Amino acid sequence: MSRNRRLKLQIFRVAVFLVLGAFFLLPIGAMFEFSTRGVTDTAPRTLNAWLTIGQTPDLVAAILASLGLAVLTSLGMLLLLVPTMIWIRLRLPYLTRAMEFLCLLPLTIPAIVLVAGLAPIYLWMNLNINDSILTLAFVYLILVLPFAYRALFTGLAAIDVKTLAEAARSLGANWGTVMLRVIVPNMSVAILNACLLSVAVVLGEFTIANLLNYVNLQVAIALLGRANATVSIAVAVASLLFAFILLVILSFAGRPRARVHLEDTGLPYPGAAGGGLR
Amino acid sequence: MTTAVAAAGVGTATRAGVEIRLENLRRRYGAVTALDGLTLTLAPGELVALLGPSGCGKTTALRLLAGLEEADGGRVVIGGHDVTGLPANKRDTGMVFQAYSLFPHMTAWENVAFGLQMRKIGAADRRRRAIETLELVGLGGFANRYAHQMSGGQQQRVALARALAIRPKVLLLDEPLSALDAKVRVRLRDEIRRVQLDVGITTLFVTHDQEEALAIADRVGVMQSGRLEQVGPPTTIYSRPATPFVAEFVGLTNRLPGIVRGGQVEVRGTSLPLVQPDAADGAAVALVRPEAVTFASDNETAAGPLVGTVIAVAFLGATSRVTVDLGDITVLAQLATSEAAAHPAGTRVRLALRPDAVLIARETTGATSA
Amino acid sequence: MTVIERPLVETVRRPLRGGTRLATPQWIAAAPFFLYVGIFLLLPTAIVAGGAFIDGKGLSLSNFATMNQRFVINAFINSVVLSAISAIIGAVFGALLAYAVATGNPNGVFRRLVSSACGVLAQFGGVTLAFAFIATLGSAGLITLWLQQHGMRIYANGVWLYQLRGLVLVYTYFQIPLMVLVFLPALDGIRPQWREATESLGGGTWHYWRYVAGPLLAPAFLGSTLLLFANAFSAYATAAALINQGSIVASLLIANTLTSEVGLANPGIASALALVMVVIVAIVMVLYTVLQRRTARWLQ
Repeated sequence: MSRNRRLKLQIFRVAVFLVLGAFFLLPIGAMFEFSTRGVTDTAPRTLNAWLTIGQTPDLVAAILASLGLAVLTSLGMLLLLVPTMIWIRLRLPYLTRAMEFLCLLPLTIPAIVLVAGLAPIYLWMNLNINDSILTLAFVYLILVLPFAYRALFTGLAAIDVKTLAEAARSLGANWGTVMLRVIVPNMSVAILNACLLSVAVVLGEFTIANLLNYVNLQVAIALLGRANATVSIAVAVASLLFAFILLVILSFAGRPRARVHLEDTGLPYPGAAGGGLR
Repeated sequence: MTTAVAAAGVGTATRAGVEIRLENLRRRYGAVTALDGLTLTLAPGELVALLGPSGCGKTTALRLLAGLEEADGGRVVIGGHDVTGLPANKRDTGMVFQAYSLFPHMTAWENVAFGLQMRKIGAADRRRRAIETLELVGLGGFANRYAHQMSGGQQQRVALARALAIRPKVLLLDEPLSALDAKVRVRLRDEIRRVQLDVGITTLFVTHDQEEALAIADRVGVMQSGRLEQVGPPTTIYSRPATPFVAEFVGLTNRLPGIVRGGQVEVRGTSLPLVQPDAADGAAVALVRPEAVTFASDNETAAGPLVGTVIAVAFLGATSRVTVDLGDITVLAQLATSEAAAHPAGTRVRLALRPDAVLIARETTGATSA
Repeated sequence: MTVIERPLVETVRRPLRGGTRLATPQWIAAAPFFLYVGIFLLLPTAIVAGGAFIDGKGLSLSNFATMNQRFVINAFINSVVLSAISAIIGAVFGALLAYAVATGNPNGVFRRLVSSACGVLAQFGGVTLAFAFIATLGSAGLITLWLQQHGMRIYANGVWLYQLRGLVLVYTYFQIPLMVLVFLPALDGIRPQWREATESLGGGTWHYWRYVAGPLLAPAFLGSTLLLFANAFSAYATAAALINQGSIVASLLIANTLTSEVGLANPGIASALALVMVVIVAIVMVLYTVLQRRTARWLQ
């Protein structure tokens, strides 16, 4: 490449980074700024809004509910997906496509559509089983399917499940041992990824909770926004930071050893069309 | 074959290739000197192979000639015209890359026609010439295939046709065979040479594979650390290496410790003449080709500096390579298979060194080096 | 009995190879997953699809009659416009950013930083995103106030942040990073040899983009843009958090039809609207998949 072109390219790159960097950082910075404003224009900066978070019982309840949902969803996701995916890979390969299709289906069904169909189901559950907010975990598990499936698929694709299983079986292990002690430890990074993604999705979910009349973290922030804008923005910043930390851990620490490309897995990018978080 | 060439119009018209001169080319990448004053002249129609380990500057030399990199100093002259300041697309060079250089969204003939399109040649003409050039490389029936529908060897042939279709002044081959299987590699190597001779185009061929370089080139240039160590016909490079580096890089070489004394080197009781007889006296390592190691005619194996045990015999066809353990050192000997068969692994043998002129290196470490 | 049972037990204990003569079929182990997905994904979808064709009196197409009403048509048109514009803006800027990243060091800190940030920001949305823009460009937002102090009033003609224009701006915030994530692999598939081959064959920068890189990247670019379209089209939370009243886009309309606070909720109509939405998204996603396949073949 000629020096002239290299220079032009560098200028182009720096310009793009500066402009888009500003576009992406400004709103987040503005939230910080907003959450530390005093009562009046002239009042000094204050952390009151942040301190108020812990003293707002509704908010605390919503935060706890969302954390509970995150844990339940992650556990349910692992119980449902990991054994099934391994088993299908080992013994039922003809079901691979069916499972992939179902797991990626939530990408094509917007959350707002899902909720229209869920309303009668939840009505029935509320009357006949339980009306706790934690029942949302059932549908959240559906929301995290594409994310979790993709993460786990990448992990499974990087190891030779069949050979590992055959080796363990020939050494006398039963199927439970094969899964828990042989395969799962080899895909620990993928499992961590799947959990972190699930947690991030659950903590960010608004649509379904709102329309099914449950108050989770995001709904609580939205409600609070009408009463006390600075506090609600402080919570929003806090939840954003939390999600940010989770996802940064994921993208830096959770890098799979063998990099599997989008095209290799043949899976579309999750979180694209489902609009679960948006 | 001749008809195909004539039909392609790339033969007789350009049969007299042009001379290419690289004059004192220099190129640095940060702190790394990739080329340190390279001077090389390619005679019209000549195929010169640049050979060397990775990072020796051979690819940089080729890219400077192609115009894909800018030189820090020196000149590139193609057919008498100084093209040093010209960008790649004005230089009239045809280039074949290591691999994957075909445009994947174009068929074979569209790939070959691309350079003609850049030269604003009409559509019908383009197609005809592209298909003729594909026939030249033996792929007339593959005109409508896409890259992903062809084998690696076929892709490289299309790449060769694409480079030749524009009737360039110079053909540049950047390790074109290194991504292929061994069998295909040899076949395509010969094919490239045939086409190059047919067309008569001046060609620079860059490779790290010494066998390839020796097999295909009119002359081989061995490079190290941005400098040319030696340029010459393959036989000269192999049998009369100018420097220890060339001797060790090209072919197998035994490194035998010895003492230089009065224009000779004494190795394990045998005096060998030196390539450079003016070498100073003292300890040195003599570089002895396996072909220069033979079994001694007598069978006196009781003791002596060249007595040892055969530990392996590798059958190579007409010749065999015998590894002999001399106690403190192992030595490779390349012998007629019949001779080697008489001394299977485990037998005691006495070796002799043929009194060919040898090169010496000054380090004293190491025994046998490949 | 014992004599007869023994071989049966042996058969079950044997490794489950071949799948013959088993006490329990192997697919039983996969049944819980399919059952679960059936109840919580397929059933609700079926309820929507079926509910769309059922009104008070039974099977009917009457729910789709609302599609004739002005406000419904407007909401869908607005959704299409919003999705298309935000997708195109997102695609263009996302592609530029992706190009800037792809031309840098593939293992550099910078690339990791940008791709990590994009991974986070592409998922960023909903209430938090709406609030971020309210804090930036709302009536009391950081930039609004700063501009006011310098004599510029961006809201002279009303606070457009809470209108369709505002949604376009806010949506680009997650569209650009999503574009980077889906377009970067295609850019990475572009080999430097192709540019060099173009040059040595006599082509310049324009020829390279016109005949080589452009056609190669076009399917990926178009496909990614479609994905962004679907992404914006199905988005609800951000719009809901930013716009408190009205149903200016389809997703808000569906939500309001579903749970109207003034008692006008109509599940049948909501299902019909949802079905229309899901069909549009599905069509777009199928096109995306087709284009993605072609990209994968060329740029691997």
